[in-house]
Amino acid sequence: MTTLAPEAPLRPIAGRRFFRRRSAVPGFGLTLGITVLMPLAAVAIRSAQLTPAQFVAAAFSERAQHAYWLTFSASLIGASINGVFGLLTAWALVRYQFPGKAVISAIVDLPFALPTAVAGIALATLYSKNGWIGSVTYPLGIETAYNPTGVVIALTFIGLPFVVRTLEPVLRDLSVDVEEASASLGADRFQTLARVVLPALGPAWLTGFAMAFARAVGEYGSVIFIAGNKPYVSEIAPLLITIQLQQFDYAAASSIAVVMLGVSFAMLFVINAVQALSRKTA
Amino acid sequence: MDQPPVPRRSARGATDDPRWLKAAIIALVVGFVLVMLVLPLATVFTEALRKGLGPAIAAITDPDGLAAIRLTLITAAIAVPVNALFGICASWAIAKHQFWGKSFLITLIDLPFSVSPVVAGLIYVLVFGLQGWLGPWLDAHGVHIIFALPGIVLATIFVTFPFVARELIPLMQAQGVDEEEAAVSLGASGVRTFLRVTAPNIRWGLLYGVLLCNARAMGEFGAVSVVSGHIRGETDTMPLHVEILYNEYNFVGAFAVAGLLCLLAVVTIIVKTALESLQPEVGRRAV
Repeated sequence: MTTLAPEAPLRPIAGRRFFRRRSAVPGFGLTLGITVLMPLAAVAIRSAQLTPAQFVAAAFSERAQHAYWLTFSASLIGASINGVFGLLTAWALVRYQFPGKAVISAIVDLPFALPTAVAGIALATLYSKNGWIGSVTYPLGIETAYNPTGVVIALTFIGLPFVVRTLEPVLRDLSVDVEEASASLGADRFQTLARVVLPALGPAWLTGFAMAFARAVGEYGSVIFIAGNKPYVSEIAPLLITIQLQQFDYAAASSIAVVMLGVSFAMLFVINAVQALSRKTA
Repeated sequence: MDQPPVPRRSARGATDDPRWLKAAIIALVVGFVLVMLVLPLATVFTEALRKGLGPAIAAITDPDGLAAIRLTLITAAIAVPVNALFGICASWAIAKHQFWGKSFLITLIDLPFSVSPVVAGLIYVLVFGLQGWLGPWLDAHGVHIIFALPGIVLATIFVTFPFVARELIPLMQAQGVDEEEAAVSLGASGVRTFLRVTAPNIRWGLLYGVLLCNARAMGEFGAVSVVSGHIRGETDTMPLHVEILYNEYNFVGAFAVAGLLCLLAVVTIIVKTALESLQPEVGRRAV
């Protein structure tokens, strides 16, 4: 290209352009709407063969309602846990030096590389009564497998890399000058962290959180082994889809799929709005 | 006039955290990673070798186990090259050319990442299944897609669709078109330009994308589980075989096959880390 690239003017402080660039984790801007809408359309065609009353009966049966509640609440809890530990992990990996750092950094990707079924049976064994962790928690009265707690554990596992990997490049690019300026103006370290560093990480953190959440909502393989799959108690929505499919109730399966896609779409829409707002106020 | 010296709180720099905070965060992070990631990995190998190496190997070399390994390898051998080829074409088009509907294409490429694997499988069942749009016609012509190899391959291609393209697009965009323009202006043909100029520039990124694509292709469970039909020895891939053995309480067998998949994951991570440190421009995109 011979023309000058439309680079934004240099700004000394992380400004608006900074955030815009950051939020461009592929597909996360406007595009997400269509990304979620497309499969919505594919499945919607099948569920559209139902009358509205039939659709509601299939998509919002009591069993399905329990499944949605579990799927979305467990995903939210899992993503929140990852939001906290992902931030700490990214911070430690970028800012600190410690022995074994390279190994920790590499192993954070494990949930991406490990087949979900393998993760599922490993977690189920580990957290059940006789597993290494279960044998510690069960005597304390904490049941960690075959109930909703197990679902949260599995969803935390598979969402773990998202927040870390989204925050890392932003943290690395975050200029130390700003922190120095803040410190030289009299802020103590915690004020600097709370007022300067964390707000700058906000959009990337939210993006990582949303990706972990979205992944958790659709997750199947790692959950079904540890969940126990009791209807009305520990049955996740993707599992309910496969159960309906096994009974050749394609319309019911599609209806549940439509609801799941719709809610994740709404959820991501809200997060996009929050991001847009944080860009505006930054 | 003596100016009092500026009080210094400590010798550490303004951008450094207090030592206790550092230690606490590092301990927390290392502990979290050990409990959440290392323990599950260790569990797989301990459970697989619970009764020694013999039963573990027996479970893998069992005819059904070998059939599952074969099917997984065949699936990956089809899905990965298809997606690599597609990824190169798509990123070439997107990064080096301007055309209408480009952002829509990028969106489509991202699609499989935001869909539940189960829903991905469901889509193929709705289209190719016996109750689906094309199913009855295909069945009448003796073509079986669902509950057979083609369905498994299709579902795998769908879920691993974005890996290569998403790796190559930013890489190609960063490289720009200067070198290609130079080659073309010196008289090179399109194909020659690609082979001599573009391909050497993207080879490491391509390898990186193929690596991740392959790991997912061999390990995919949800989508494949919906379309496979779980016919033992025929349409069982390795992850599905793990599930069957586990549900039959054959834990040693399940974890032995799972151990193989774990080795795949570990090798993937090692190669990925090596690529990232040797080729800094590779793997910069977030997830």
